[in-house]
Amino acid sequence: MTVANPPATRSAFKSLLWSLARFREAGLIVFILILVALVTLRNPAFLTADNFQDILLNISILVIAALAQTMVIITHGIDLSISSMIGLVAMMVAFVVKQNPEMSVVLAVLLGLALGAVLGSFNAMIITFGRVPPIIATLGTLSIYRGLVFYYSQGTWINSFELPEAFKSLSKGTPLGLPNMVIVAIVVAIIVHYFLNYTRTGREIYAVGSNPDAAQFVGIRKDRIIFLVYVLSGVLAGLAAVLWASRFESAQTNTAIGFELQTVAASVVGGVSISGGVGTVPGVLLGALLLGIIQNALTIVRISPFWQLAAQGLLILIAVVTDRWILNRTERARNR
Amino acid sequence: MTTSTSTMEVKAQNLISDKAPRRTFLGRFQRWEWILVGLILAVILLNSQLSSHFLNARNLSRTSSDFMEIGLMMLPMVFIIITGNIDLSVASNMGMSASFMGLLHNMGVNIWLAALAGLTLGTLGGALNGYLVSRVRLPALVVTLGTFAFFRGIAYGFLGDQAARGYPAAFTYLGQGRVAGTLIPFSVVLFLVMALIFGLVLHRTTFGRQLFSIGNNENASVFSGVPVARIKMIIFTLSGFMAALAGLVLAARFGSTRPDIGTGLELAVITAVVLGGVSINGGTGTMAGAVLSLLLIGLMRFGMGLLNLQGQVQGVAIGLLLILSILLPNIAGNLSRGGRKIRWRSVVAVVFFLAIFALFFAFFFWSRAPVIASV
Repeated sequence: MTVANPPATRSAFKSLLWSLARFREAGLIVFILILVALVTLRNPAFLTADNFQDILLNISILVIAALAQTMVIITHGIDLSISSMIGLVAMMVAFVVKQNPEMSVVLAVLLGLALGAVLGSFNAMIITFGRVPPIIATLGTLSIYRGLVFYYSQGTWINSFELPEAFKSLSKGTPLGLPNMVIVAIVVAIIVHYFLNYTRTGREIYAVGSNPDAAQFVGIRKDRIIFLVYVLSGVLAGLAAVLWASRFESAQTNTAIGFELQTVAASVVGGVSISGGVGTVPGVLLGALLLGIIQNALTIVRISPFWQLAAQGLLILIAVVTDRWILNRTERARNR
Repeated sequence: MTTSTSTMEVKAQNLISDKAPRRTFLGRFQRWEWILVGLILAVILLNSQLSSHFLNARNLSRTSSDFMEIGLMMLPMVFIIITGNIDLSVASNMGMSASFMGLLHNMGVNIWLAALAGLTLGTLGGALNGYLVSRVRLPALVVTLGTFAFFRGIAYGFLGDQAARGYPAAFTYLGQGRVAGTLIPFSVVLFLVMALIFGLVLHRTTFGRQLFSIGNNENASVFSGVPVARIKMIIFTLSGFMAALAGLVLAARFGSTRPDIGTGLELAVITAVVLGGVSINGGTGTMAGAVLSLLLIGLMRFGMGLLNLQGQVQGVAIGLLLILSILLPNIAGNLSRGGRKIRWRSVVAVVFFLAIFALFFAFFFWSRAPVIASV
């Protein structure tokens, strides 16, 4: 993304625009600020600490899953099965917790991570050893894992009263001031950010995504990297699943149906390029935050709940189109 | 100029070396379409053994109309995927158009006018996709992901928690009627006529050739004078129109419209196309393959339904079939070429993971047993 220094003849405004747009996140921040300002004008209750804690709570699971999706998309892949992995792991963990109410919560989380890792490595096997395109492989496992949820539970649900208190408070407790779930999401974001930017493997993920052939020529084991991101996607889906079951105090056969597209939306709105090689953790956080704010704001300004999905879709479209427009503009300005 | 041609040459060479092995393997079994025919025969044979209700003309006729909406949306999806694009918004567009028609019908508008309005709205929705993909140059996946939420949201906006019902019999004929004197549902005839038209356009016209050329190399197509932007605009608009048409058929079959009508069908549509041998990367595929794969999926689901398997559990079989349809030719291709030496490391890795999966399933059955027993 770095380019030669801008020529001195550029006007001050253009150079400001250019330097701003070098960070794709900037456009997103502006968009979010405008949205926040407009909504606050309509209803001051929007800009309160309580409401923002609500928003953060609502997007925590999305952030975790979207970061998993981001790592996959950076390698020019996609993981559509993420929602079914969440559904299956949530159901299995809830079954086990129901049978063993005395079980430690840490063990439940570890179980979720392990189950997620297995499901993720199944995707990874098909994609790397079987050479099946990621979109096909994960489209297939999307319905396979969902089918397993139904088979596993025979259509029954785990309800709130069947789960122990300790498990339910895992996501909602606030021993550190913020709900645990928000803290988990923040920690995951920091780890992923560090991993992608400051470790060798993390940089190799970008290398594989931006030019797979070149990556192989410089000695990066492409298949290993790709295998890794799908396993990581499964692990984070497992984490999200445990939090999901704990937060909503239930595991249903349709848990997280359709969630895969939300994770892709958060990544893409956050500036992750669907063609691979581009994407940052702060961007994805902003993308998820934008989705969360939109959802919350639509309720606050009392838009009929039936029109909310439409407004959400429209705003996603506007965000992507604006982003593309800014990119085109700055590119033209740069070439001048 | 020289650099651009040389990169194009490299691209072209890559293209050839990528695709060649797959063709030689398929050449052995003739073509993918014949494999599908074989699978269809196997499914028919197996199912007729498993259930005496399988080879029942009335049952088959009723179940066939269940798949016509997927079929109608599949036809333009073949075009779109052959050009290397994708349309995730079809099922949402279908919901939007059907809901608009239902809303107008609830307001007392003549049903045919309402249907026409639904078709128009769906076509406009498709045109929006086309505009954003071809003119704003956004990736199709991103655009149609946005309109996936947008269109479905509009459907909810139109009808809310209401349903539209009480369609006149002349309209429900579209989804429930049979061709006079036979058991053949009208929607099947509609689908077959459409499939013939789409097939002829794909395989017998310049437009069809241009779809393949865009899928094989979009840049080269632009330089050879193929109106790439216009073609993308056309196929996405067409996809919107067909989604709206499928929405009308589905609404007619149910005799009512709810805003969540057809939710999730986009993945069924894409599965049918890909299983039909259309490459998800674009450039290859036939209409016959897609139609055969729809037939295969329909027969499989019907047979599993007769065996009392839940719809979602049937998804396991469809998902496996989708993956195996790509996986098996790849593996067999590798083995038959014998060029790639089998490395012990990968064998060990595969065995290791198979062991893990076995453990997973052991846990799967062990952990569910007590709860299922208590239900």
